[in-house]
Amino acid sequence: MKYYDKLIFEISRPGRVGYSLPKNWSTDNGQQSTDKPDGSLSIVNCQLSIPKVLLRETPAELPEVSELDVVRHYTNVSNKNFGVETGFYPLGSCTMKYNPKINEEIAHHPAFSGLHPLQNEESVQGALAIYYHTARALSELTGLADFTLTPFAGAHGELTGLMVMRQYHLLRGDTKRTRVIVPDSAHGTNPASAAVCGLEIVEVKSTANGTVDTNDLKGLLDDTIAGIMMTNPNTLGIYETQVVEIARLVHEAGGLLYYDGANLNPMLGASRPGDMGFDIMHINLHKTFSTPHGGGGPGSGPVGVAAHLVDCLPNPRVKFADGKYRIENGKWKIESTHPDGNNSQFSILNSQFNSSCGRVAAFMGNFGVVMKAYTYILSLGKDIKHVGPIATLNANYVKESLRDAYYLPVDTVCKHEFVFDGLADKSTGVTTLDIAKRLLDYGYHAPTIYFPLLFHQSIMIEPTETESKETLDDFIDIMHRVAEEALSDPDMVKSAPHTTPVRRLDETTAAKNPLLKYRDLM
Amino acid sequence: MGELEGAPTMNKYIPHTPDDIRQMLDKIGVNSIDDLFADIPESVRLQKEYELPEAMSEEEIRAYFKALGEQNQQQVIFAGGGAYDHYTPSAIDALLSRSEFLTAYTPYQPEISQGTLQYIFEYQSHICELTGMDCTNASMYDGATAAVEAIFMAVAQAKKKNRVLVSATINPTLVSIIHTYAKYKGINVDLIPEANGHTDRTAMQTMLAEGDVAGVLVGSPNHYGIIEDYTGFADDIHAAKALMIMHCDPSSLAVLKTPAAWGADIACGDGQPLGIPLSFGGPYVGFLACKKELVRKLPGRIVGATKDVDGKRAFVLTLQAREQHIRREKANSNICSNQSLMALHITIYLALMGKQGLREVNEQSYGAAHYLHDELVKTGLFTPAFPDAPFLKEFALRTTLPVKALQAHLAKHGYMAGIALGDYREGMDDCILFCATEKRTKEQIDELVKLVKEVQL
Repeated sequence: MKYYDKLIFEISRPGRVGYSLPKNWSTDNGQQSTDKPDGSLSIVNCQLSIPKVLLRETPAELPEVSELDVVRHYTNVSNKNFGVETGFYPLGSCTMKYNPKINEEIAHHPAFSGLHPLQNEESVQGALAIYYHTARALSELTGLADFTLTPFAGAHGELTGLMVMRQYHLLRGDTKRTRVIVPDSAHGTNPASAAVCGLEIVEVKSTANGTVDTNDLKGLLDDTIAGIMMTNPNTLGIYETQVVEIARLVHEAGGLLYYDGANLNPMLGASRPGDMGFDIMHINLHKTFSTPHGGGGPGSGPVGVAAHLVDCLPNPRVKFADGKYRIENGKWKIESTHPDGNNSQFSILNSQFNSSCGRVAAFMGNFGVVMKAYTYILSLGKDIKHVGPIATLNANYVKESLRDAYYLPVDTVCKHEFVFDGLADKSTGVTTLDIAKRLLDYGYHAPTIYFPLLFHQSIMIEPTETESKETLDDFIDIMHRVAEEALSDPDMVKSAPHTTPVRRLDETTAAKNPLLKYRDLM
Repeated sequence: MGELEGAPTMNKYIPHTPDDIRQMLDKIGVNSIDDLFADIPESVRLQKEYELPEAMSEEEIRAYFKALGEQNQQQVIFAGGGAYDHYTPSAIDALLSRSEFLTAYTPYQPEISQGTLQYIFEYQSHICELTGMDCTNASMYDGATAAVEAIFMAVAQAKKKNRVLVSATINPTLVSIIHTYAKYKGINVDLIPEANGHTDRTAMQTMLAEGDVAGVLVGSPNHYGIIEDYTGFADDIHAAKALMIMHCDPSSLAVLKTPAAWGADIACGDGQPLGIPLSFGGPYVGFLACKKELVRKLPGRIVGATKDVDGKRAFVLTLQAREQHIRREKANSNICSNQSLMALHITIYLALMGKQGLREVNEQSYGAAHYLHDELVKTGLFTPAFPDAPFLKEFALRTTLPVKALQAHLAKHGYMAGIALGDYREGMDDCILFCATEKRTKEQIDELVKLVKEVQL
């Protein structure tokens, strides 16, 4: 049903419904309910007993469809999508590994999905145990002292980690440290998170192979530097061999080291950020720890810190003492009755910042995602040490198998990923975008393209450890075939894809005349 | 680590046979996997076994989580406070489990992501319909971070003004999150005092007159469950050249006046009440919608309709020049992803419940909550904290009973009896915030009231 093209609103017919509710409090379209056994209920239609000024004037035009309409509609819509289970995703920096089924089964366990986040501690001991032990496992895997699991995503974790960094300096009265060093090759979220955290960005240059230029770094370090944000391996998949020296330099200058966990996967079994000298890091559970990307979320971005920063982590914290798990929320309240002005309220509120950086989520973060990651950790146990080595083996195998047809700008051993700078033979004008689109015709997701910005035609490939040699061999064959097609029939490659549910889109018109909702189409 | 001998030959998530590994190493031209890690300085190479348990089988994992689940207590939920126990139609989970939705990446390759892009377009349509706003993004992490981003939008729009006003009647947890972000971003946040559970309009006017206000955030229903009358607020706020932001329960918008109708410029909130299970606090989803003049200040992903080269209708991420991967440190927000699968959750919920169902959810919740309210007051142990204030499903009562003892007694019997307002607000130690949705039966409410009377004894 690749040609199904209806919106849910277009199959709506007045009078159809797709739900059933118990009639405990039914108003039967505005009539009073009198069908209760003891006749004691006198439920009035809410439209009548709430002042009219507070009510909606015209109904929300939500769809009117049957349950089968809905199920068939979204099944057909899903068929126009590509997921990890559809095919191979060589998407650099995204770690599109297999998302195990048992993770989903556990996360849907009714003993957890029905818990209200504000239930009393005694009634959620099982859930708190999962939170606590996941944090412990992440500490062991990264060499950091403790984790908060409340950040919702990688970028949210980055921001939280930077708040921890600033809070640490502020607590020491070191208020001058408002600048953070970010490599010019960093993910866009790094500078954006720093800016949201009120930090000024200082770019450190990369060397020719994409690693941090330590000479340039030395010149940037002074008493205004809050810290440095790095990934290791970096965005070219190359291990920063100078990391120990960088840590020494930054620490001596009074700064902290932030580890962007986007590239953590190849480090499992190989090297721990805490041991490298990092003070703060975030982890993308939806990358390294196999939780599904869900088309863009929910993810989860736990933040870990070294021992001297533990008290700066955001609330709530989960602690274990005397055989019980406890939630620490910090102390703060709003004064709700206050005849004169607002200053008193605000000072009370301020006390949430005793040492914690504050609060970044209403409850316990994306707890369901944490359950999936913890299931994954338990499924592999100590064997998780094989993840990094095999992911690295896969990446190097693909790199070495394709370097004849694609230009490899940095020729060295990589870790989980590597970057080509377009085709080796660029004479036909076939670009990285064209290659990416042609791969879609062959049933592959495209690699990450035009990132990092260090090269003009970047093609970034990360196979992950869950892909077999046969899958990689097939992909290598297709990549070679596309390179041949670029020579034999460049126009066909330039107009790809040809077999997908839709073909190349008019993005210019979409941005010029935004049509963002169904009513805009009517 | 990773030597050929130690390689995993029998792991269901790592398919490599020793033979595969040998052939791959030959192609690469190294002798062992270890050689691929030779660049890591010895001092920072992992030299030990992880202190983790041995790998567990599926049966062991099931048993492990079953045992942990038994340490939880399933309670009959009579509390809200930002998470509401509404009915979840069965079809949602079945559709969300489809791997084409579940295991997809962000829709950066629109030709093979029309599924994700189309449901986000439908999600945006629903959110605009409920809020009355012109446009919205593809969703946010949760209601609190959506409110923070709304404040950032107001400050960005105002250019030189750097102060926002937040009503003291909104959820205090939300206030603490706003305050956290504002502290680091350098935005001044002042609370507008409340009067009898309502935002004090006169106090707001005074504060607006002090100047420098970029935006004002109010809630509907507010933290006490009260549906406030915001007549005139938009005029006051706009006269001060500030934006009005309304944080609201989207479920309630099937019956309550829309943020747009109140004159708000930005609407935000948490989508959880739209049938997302409580799930111990997440994953939920935030929404953020605004008037069209503000669309270029909206953070995050936005999906728009367009055509492909063959003229076929299609959907695509649009207006990306606003986002962090283009603007880096100049972006208004650092958000990269959305909460896509949860946006699909509420999209399917709204399709199933539809025009009539969402209204019925509100009417039945109203019925349950008002019955609970009246029965509790009848015991003589409770009085309304804010008499005559209109509410839908959540309300605050004062009680002569010790609040913590009351909650503990009911928890023992499997009931979550409200939220102790004294935990969040000074001077409210004798107040409880109760909630009842369409899922609560008369029998459950009668049992709760019976248990409450036992506390007295």
